[in-house]
Amino acid sequence: MARAATTADAFNAVAEPRRREILDLLAGGEKPVNDLVAVLGLAQPLVSKHLRVLREVGLVEVRDSGRQRVYRLNAQPLKDIHDWVSGYRRLWSERFDRIDVVLEELKEMEDGDEHGDE
Amino acid sequence: MSTVTSSGTAVVTFPADNQILVTREFDAPARLVWKAWTTPELVKRWWAGERGEVTSVEIDLRVGGRWRNVMSANGGFEVAFHGEYREIVENERIVSTEAFEGLPDAHSVNTLTLTEHAGRTTLTVLAEYPDQKTRDGHVESGMEGGMQESLDKLEQVAVSLA
Repeated sequence: MARAATTADAFNAVAEPRRREILDLLAGGEKPVNDLVAVLGLAQPLVSKHLRVLREVGLVEVRDSGRQRVYRLNAQPLKDIHDWVSGYRRLWSERFDRIDVVLEELKEMEDGDEHGDE
Repeated sequence: MSTVTSSGTAVVTFPADNQILVTREFDAPARLVWKAWTTPELVKRWWAGERGEVTSVEIDLRVGGRWRNVMSANGGFEVAFHGEYREIVENERIVSTEAFEGLPDAHSVNTLTLTEHAGRTTLTVLAEYPDQKTRDGHVESGMEGGMQESLDKLEQVAVSLA
């Protein structure tokens, strides 16, 4: 059930390097599973397992085309994850910039309060 | 990596392969930085950065006490983190655990230090993980490295499809 997947699950799915490779390949356009197996050099069952994980979290979609199953990238969960993890440093910078604003206010409150705190 | 310039620069380093150290200076005395860091209403204003709204902050600031932060991310999903306080030295130092509720088995031990000098405060956060794999797999995912590049590349695709 892709609908019920949480971003934490998608995040975990993407944390696995082989699954990222699959997503990279699908970023170039939809591909049948055989193509993925050929390029990745992994055993088909393993590729299928990775694809199942990616499907479960809604990162890839599958359709039947004649005799083969064709996989394609689903962009939206990636965008959500990307927004969330787009840089640990950037997250901290964003947090610290906001703390700056809070601190300016706290300083003003103190300056305006001549009694100080006992 | 595009860098975002900000009014202050957060410096991120890796002192050991299971650690991340974040350093930043603030133009305020340590007691005010402490206040911003430990007061739930104030934490709500900064903890999510630009990535969403903090919906809940619970802080029981005593050794053995727990904290829990929940944010509703811009993508519409909820992320929650929680942990326990192990050491508290007012205006100077907090040692606490931190776990992402999506991955409850992997927690870090975070040490906050505040060092005041001439009215300014240097803040450091040292996050220590059980091992490098945990650090890289869970928290460093958003940093420079394979995942970041993959996601950058994939996002370009995502944008082109949108």
